[in-house]
Amino acid sequence: MIPGQFDYVRPGSLDEALRILKDREGEAKILSGGYSLLPLLKLRLAQPALLVDIQGLAGLDGIIRTDDDWRIGARATHRSILEHDGLGTEHPVIRDAAGGIGDQQVRNWGTIGGSIAHADPSSDWPAVLLALRGTVVVRSLEGERALPARGFFVDTFQTGIDASEVLTEVRVPHAAPGTASAYVKLERRAGDFATVGVAAVLQLGADGRIASAGIALTAVNDAPFAATDAEAAIVGQAPGDDTWVAAAAAAAGQARPVGDSHGPADYKAAMVREITVRALRKAASRALDA
Amino acid sequence: MTTQHITVTVNGQAREADVEPRLLLVHLLRDEFGLTGTHTGCDTSNCGACTVHVDGRSAKSCTMLAVQANGAEVRTIEGMEQGGKLHPLQQAFWDQHGLQCGFCTPGMIMQSAHLLEQNPDPTEDEIREGIAGNLCRCTGYVNIVKAIQQGAAELRSAETATEAGAASA
Repeated sequence: MIPGQFDYVRPGSLDEALRILKDREGEAKILSGGYSLLPLLKLRLAQPALLVDIQGLAGLDGIIRTDDDWRIGARATHRSILEHDGLGTEHPVIRDAAGGIGDQQVRNWGTIGGSIAHADPSSDWPAVLLALRGTVVVRSLEGERALPARGFFVDTFQTGIDASEVLTEVRVPHAAPGTASAYVKLERRAGDFATVGVAAVLQLGADGRIASAGIALTAVNDAPFAATDAEAAIVGQAPGDDTWVAAAAAAAGQARPVGDSHGPADYKAAMVREITVRALRKAASRALDA
Repeated sequence: MTTQHITVTVNGQAREADVEPRLLLVHLLRDEFGLTGTHTGCDTSNCGACTVHVDGRSAKSCTMLAVQANGAEVRTIEGMEQGGKLHPLQQAFWDQHGLQCGFCTPGMIMQSAHLLEQNPDPTEDEIREGIAGNLCRCTGYVNIVKAIQQGAAELRSAETATEAGAASA
């Protein structure tokens, strides 16, 4: 498959990239690792007039721990995130998700910023970011905006990024004491997109009950979403299978799966319940082990 | 639509071409440079037959533009043999019958070479995970895994011999 024609530039600085985006607003598209965008170009589902390759921009691929949060550069690859000890130890949900994205070749090149900006409704990172209540940082010539993940994924392939903005960084808050997390993905075969993926973050209080929860699902709605009903259903409850089943029922109530090559809608609804239970169980067992 | 002049170092040799930005790296290698060892399989980044190394990282060359590789070092299956001697992984695929039709083999070898650079002594599970992005339509995975195990052992003993030689020198 041959993509349609386009021009290509590789700016040497973020400001230069932002000027190009401003000058060619609506015509230009950012190219990061390419593993999401190139398939769309080849299918001609995307036909930008200009690709702006940001591989030459310095300082966008770091993973930095600050006192307040983790700051993951937009060009950090899935692999560099997977191999980062501190981040994955504090937030196992991140390591779980990174290791299940595509295959080694994809993880070598695909970037977290590219994946989040692309916002495939079946992609893994959005669910992780929603469950962790992270933030997406975008930049334009006018300045920087920090957008909460909750509210960012507005529809299929649609986010809160304007055409003149570049996603520069993803931030996730530090795990509060007693917190553990997990990502569980049901896939038909190695490296596939999720049939359903569930990110779960649980904080256990001193009384052993659930003090706070973050639960988000991918692949079973127009966009990845936070299962807020499920979160509300389990805060204050004791961890255990009855609690997980209640959360799963609430999550299924917010899911809108549609039948496709991954399976019919009723099968997916059943899998939403099952995978939600498994993700919560895994997060809780990690919290109790810690 | 303007063409762009690019320079790519392929298997140690600087090569130049004038390309449309939409040209895929696999087509640059095969059609412009005549290096047909890299195969186009599924053309959708699933099968891994087009796997090459770009600046030391394995990549699916059907999912990378030639212009993205401008200035990069690319290694293909043609660059594995040295001085008329097969790379230990190539020899191992031969010895272990690690191929049936052979279509996936260049990608399998390039991905296993990348895997062994990261992890010289992988378990069988790590090998299977490492080649998860490479499909063998003949389903000859058992012998492919054996071949990678043989290649890994030979590369490790060659490394030990080099170290011993350096120590005695």
